[in-house]
Amino acid sequence: MIDFERVTKRFGSWTAVDAVSFTVAEGEFRVLIGPSGSGKSTVLRMINRLIPADEGAIRIDGVDIASLKPEELRRRMGYVIQSVGLFPHWTVERNIATVPGLLGWPRARIRDRVTELLELLNLDPRRYRGAYPHQLSGGQQQRVGVARALAAEPRILLMDEPFSALDPITRASLQTELSAIHRRTGTTVVFVTHDMDEALRLGDSIAVMDHGRLIQCATPLDILTRPASPLVRDLVGREEWGLKRLAVETVGDRARRQESVTGEPLAAETPLHRALSEMVARGTERLPVVDGDGRPAGVLHLSDLVRPTSAGTVSGGPAASGTA
Amino acid sequence: MTGVGMAPRDFLTDRLMLGLVVLVALVLGMPSLKPLFATLFPRLDRPLYEAESFVSLTLDHMALVGVSSLAAILLGGGAGIAVTRPWGREFRGLLETVATMGQTFPPVAVLALAVPVMGFGPEPALIALTLYALLPVVENTVAGLDGVPAPVLDSARGLGMGPAEMLFRVELPLAAPVILAGIRTAVIINVGTAAIASTVGAKTLGLPIIVGLNGSNQAYVIQGALIVAALAVVIDAGFDRLAGWLTRWSQR
Repeated sequence: MIDFERVTKRFGSWTAVDAVSFTVAEGEFRVLIGPSGSGKSTVLRMINRLIPADEGAIRIDGVDIASLKPEELRRRMGYVIQSVGLFPHWTVERNIATVPGLLGWPRARIRDRVTELLELLNLDPRRYRGAYPHQLSGGQQQRVGVARALAAEPRILLMDEPFSALDPITRASLQTELSAIHRRTGTTVVFVTHDMDEALRLGDSIAVMDHGRLIQCATPLDILTRPASPLVRDLVGREEWGLKRLAVETVGDRARRQESVTGEPLAAETPLHRALSEMVARGTERLPVVDGDGRPAGVLHLSDLVRPTSAGTVSGGPAASGTA
Repeated sequence: MTGVGMAPRDFLTDRLMLGLVVLVALVLGMPSLKPLFATLFPRLDRPLYEAESFVSLTLDHMALVGVSSLAAILLGGGAGIAVTRPWGREFRGLLETVATMGQTFPPVAVLALAVPVMGFGPEPALIALTLYALLPVVENTVAGLDGVPAPVLDSARGLGMGPAEMLFRVELPLAAPVILAGIRTAVIINVGTAAIASTVGAKTLGLPIIVGLNGSNQAYVIQGALIVAALAVVIDAGFDRLAGWLTRWSQR
């Protein structure tokens, strides 16, 4: 658990982070988003003490990080940056082995871990283990960057716009893989981005920052439907709002459980905007749904996609204004 | 690539091997060139420098260059590392000024100033050569360390490397090619400058050159200069090989 209590950071006369308090729960995927200069990266870099806080307290599992040795603190966390920062004179294997090496793991364990991570990030170990960073594409380099951050099985993973420099296709596949890794390992993730689509797609919760202050911290659904300020609404954007709204809920959330219908079924965890796309593609208004074990889990109707739910659509809709 | 089993063509195009062969041949075989020099300079009574053997002159020359370069590498490299650390940053301007001054002083002036203090012999030469070699080493150490990409340093720190681990595992290996280029310049300059050190009584390959100049014996001058030149070529080619080895990871 990460706990910020009235944390402030000033650079000269400029207040980069202004009395920010928040908590990230164990295993949570927290996205920090905001315009440039909003203080989101500074917050991230304060968690591993790359930037020291001026005021307030940062605690991890109840322990004030100011009382820990910075190097030991950092070795317990993964760290991934936009420009990757692989060590160019080391092979992929040695790059990934950085933190286990610093922690003094036995050689055989490091070797096995590198193999495991390369497979996890879809890089063929035989082909890439001995390669140097300059021989890899940008996407492959960031895969190695993520593998390097995960090497020592950290309980916290810090990511500073890790996918911003990648092309859309590579970015999408890395987002999917990161989601899967997060689900599988249960690592707490703090992820900085300026891309709201990425935030909505990845985050369990999204913290919106502006001018060093925390504006809103909420689930993707609440960010969409109950934006706390015009800035949040602008970050979400008005274009395709309805599709974004659909994307933060799954087929399972709205399927009519007691019904059944024939046809190629959708998995319950499919986002609703995919379901809409499927209906258009197949020319149908009803789709069968199956759960994670492949058992029938009801039917999704076209009207279920547009019906107002308890979360509401009215107050947060793009046409609404002045609501908070 | 080197040594036995090499095709004749490779051998002729390998600067290091060719230079070594020429150097050894000149150093060991100079006495047998006596008839040649006698023919070239018929008016000279003594067409071959024989006061000292060229073997011992070459070894002493190399020792002087080696010791002074090593001192410059340790002093200049150490100082260059120090001023790129957070605690030494303030001294960067001072260091660069001192190093520049060291090189602006003509070596002859340093030698002349050092003799009254230290007497004749190799000591004043060592001081002068070390001072002279300092600037390229300092400059390139600082430039090399400055040139390590910021994201690489950021992730090294973020992954939990301490200052020493960052310096020895990341910064120095990445700065090595640039630092080596500075050392190469320093050593090559010293190979030439060491010849001048014979004016203050250091035994180097400059001895036949200076004796030859004083006594209008061009044969002596040529004999000394040929070996100095061959030595410079060999050392330069050696550094070339070393530079390739240091950056072998970037050539895959």
